[in-house]
Amino acid sequence: MKNSLLNRGLGILGTWGLGLKGLALLLALVLPVLRAAAQSATGPEMADALRHDGKIYVVVAVITVVLAGLLALLISLDRKVSRLEKELKDN
Amino acid sequence: MKKNWWKALTVLLLLYVAVAGLLMPVPRLAILNETIRNLYFHVPMWFGMTFILVASVVYSIRYLRHPTVELDILSHEAARTGILMGCVGLATGSIWAKYTWGTWWTNDPKLNGAAIAMLIYGAYLVLRSSFTDEQQRARVSAIYNIFAFATAMPLFYILPRLTDSLHPGAGGNPAFAKYDLDSNMRLVFYPAVIGWTLLAFWLAQVASRISLLKQKVYEKQLA
Repeated sequence: MKNSLLNRGLGILGTWGLGLKGLALLLALVLPVLRAAAQSATGPEMADALRHDGKIYVVVAVITVVLAGLLALLISLDRKVSRLEKELKDN
Repeated sequence: MKKNWWKALTVLLLLYVAVAGLLMPVPRLAILNETIRNLYFHVPMWFGMTFILVASVVYSIRYLRHPTVELDILSHEAARTGILMGCVGLATGSIWAKYTWGTWWTNDPKLNGAAIAMLIYGAYLVLRSSFTDEQQRARVSAIYNIFAFATAMPLFYILPRLTDSLHPGAGGNPAFAKYDLDSNMRLVFYPAVIGWTLLAFWLAQVASRISLLKQKVYEKQLA
């Protein structure tokens, strides 16, 4: 990545007719930026591969199904209690 | 059905939190890494616990003013739900600590304060189960509940801030300063707090209704 950029930069410089001094100046300006860009990509480690794979959606799907199942159970319990409350009132 | 809109809201919010909590972008921080997402699950436990324990105390005070079986049951079931959420909060915090601080438990003021507060609430359950007379049980546990709340809340929220602590939100370690800037996290965190709190109220409500039904059936059998 860095190399190809450098090569391209050299090519451009050649066509622009800049000397070695110009090249050194450009490198001085560009290199810190390149380094910063490289750092932000490797920063603190996150589960980027999992996200890139799309496998994270498998996890999301599983958790959603489990949560939905538990909530459905709670809803059905709620309804059962409502029915019992009604029955007890009618008697 | 009309008065159950908040239960539908609970379902929607919790499903949203499960999906967005895993998929929404989070700040890239060292040590925390992806575990920062625990903020959507561990912290709302304590929020939910606090709100439901406030409800429990309100029912206890109302019971002492006008003693009814309903108020006693409501305050008991609310406290039980709060204790459950507190235990889940301790367990999730312990897991999180293991993978960020490197230990299941550490003698941190915030952690020990929370543990002591949970023990105080555990004593509420023990106290309650040690009475045979129902009115005496209701009255004494309502009074104890007020004292437990007044002791537990400073242990959770005040004392840990007076000393140094590893835990965010204690000592010189503000809880949300780091995340406040991140509006992406707020988009999930606030719904998570509301959703889990509503779930606590829902669980307490269903449990209370079952206890009340039991009480009514019991009264009918006596009559």
